[in-house]
Amino acid sequence: MPAVTLPRTLDELLDLKAQGHAILAGGTDLFVHMRNKKIQPRTLVCLDQLKDKGLREVADTGDEICIGAAATHTQLIQNPLVQQHFPVLIQALNTLGSPQIRNMGTLGGNIMTASPAGDSLPPLYVLDAQVELAGKKGSRRMPLSRFITGPGSTGLNPEEILYRVRIPKQPSYDLHHFEKVGHRKSLSIAILSMAALIGLTGDKKIRAVRLAWGSLGKTIVTSPETEKLLMGTPMDDPAGFILAAARIREEVSPISDVRAGAGYRRQVAGNLVLRLCQGPLKQDPLKQGPGAV
Amino acid sequence: MKLSFTLNHKALTLETDPDRRVIDLLREDLCLTGTKEACGEGECGACTIRVNKELRLACLMIAAQIEGCFIETIEGLAGPDQALHPVQEAFVQAGAVQCGFCTPGMVMAVTDLLETIPNPDDTRIRKALSGNLCRCTGYQKIMDAARLAAKKENKCLP
Repeated sequence: MPAVTLPRTLDELLDLKAQGHAILAGGTDLFVHMRNKKIQPRTLVCLDQLKDKGLREVADTGDEICIGAAATHTQLIQNPLVQQHFPVLIQALNTLGSPQIRNMGTLGGNIMTASPAGDSLPPLYVLDAQVELAGKKGSRRMPLSRFITGPGSTGLNPEEILYRVRIPKQPSYDLHHFEKVGHRKSLSIAILSMAALIGLTGDKKIRAVRLAWGSLGKTIVTSPETEKLLMGTPMDDPAGFILAAARIREEVSPISDVRAGAGYRRQVAGNLVLRLCQGPLKQDPLKQGPGAV
Repeated sequence: MKLSFTLNHKALTLETDPDRRVIDLLREDLCLTGTKEACGEGECGACTIRVNKELRLACLMIAAQIEGCFIETIEGLAGPDQALHPVQEAFVQAGAVQCGFCTPGMVMAVTDLLETIPNPDDTRIRKALSGNLCRCTGYQKIMDAARLAAKKENKCLP
């Protein structure tokens, strides 16, 4: 059974991390992995008594919104800054786990678990999120897409913690959309998920688009060829989206696992692109994505 | 470790292992067996309690995490004279209890919902209950109970 420490300051936390202790944030993945004996840490650092604003708060720093790694999903769903700037993230978080899990789990935890099915990850990829890593010797930042290196693995050094997530504001995108396909709406691990950001011209043609896919590869997958093909497509033109659906099915090499085979994922990836055309695309973060209920 | 917290409106200090699961602390050490454990990994909601007025899962928490917290379990809902809470009453009246194993978690979830949204529509109720499984699949009666509870609570408003 692990020993538990309760640091009160960031310095104490960094000292403990440097000594090799495992960090307990929301516990919704960690305790499940410990129960299954997938990991058996000798020591746990519990964050609940830690008084550090940076680790928990959401702040507007001008060009970016800065999210503390220990902010819970519920806290983010209710946060006006996140609602205003990142509806795609709100939509995704509303499909994550259950109300109880969202009250406990943290954004930093979802990133550190680094599951290809992590619900917050496709939105964070399209939003060009950066991670801020802190250690005794100082901090550094890097794009999330470079930080996550495989299922469950990241570029975090042993003495570092994931401190904050920094997301640039997105003035150039008009539409935010997230859709998750699973066996049921709540408490389900994505068979496939897609985050999309779309910028439109005055006559509703696509002038900017970002797509990122969950549960399609070993990490989150992007699809630059399909994005390129969608450029200039009128939002109400099914023909353009049918071409893009065919392209995504060629562009990706899906995984096969216990939840679905590669062929199914390939087909559904195209369908999710088609649904972008059918709408309704939600701009209001309070109108939640299809998996919200 | 010495652990101090508020349990069902009473201050409490006890000696426990910091890594003791909260579900075991409640059921084994404090004999509050209303909170159930089913899946043990956050999928079913049977162990739902409230920590600082937020629904959480006692199977995925350890003692060290509740230091200084305000904890509410199903046992804390009844009034001082052991009169049932309106949500509990509604569950009885609607016949929303079959085997009863999911009931404490369901009641906690509905109670939490009605405190924030006194008059929820069905979509809100379903969303609020989306983290709680009933393996008897008595969901319709649980929905009925939630609607009935909302009616009862609203009647109590001035």
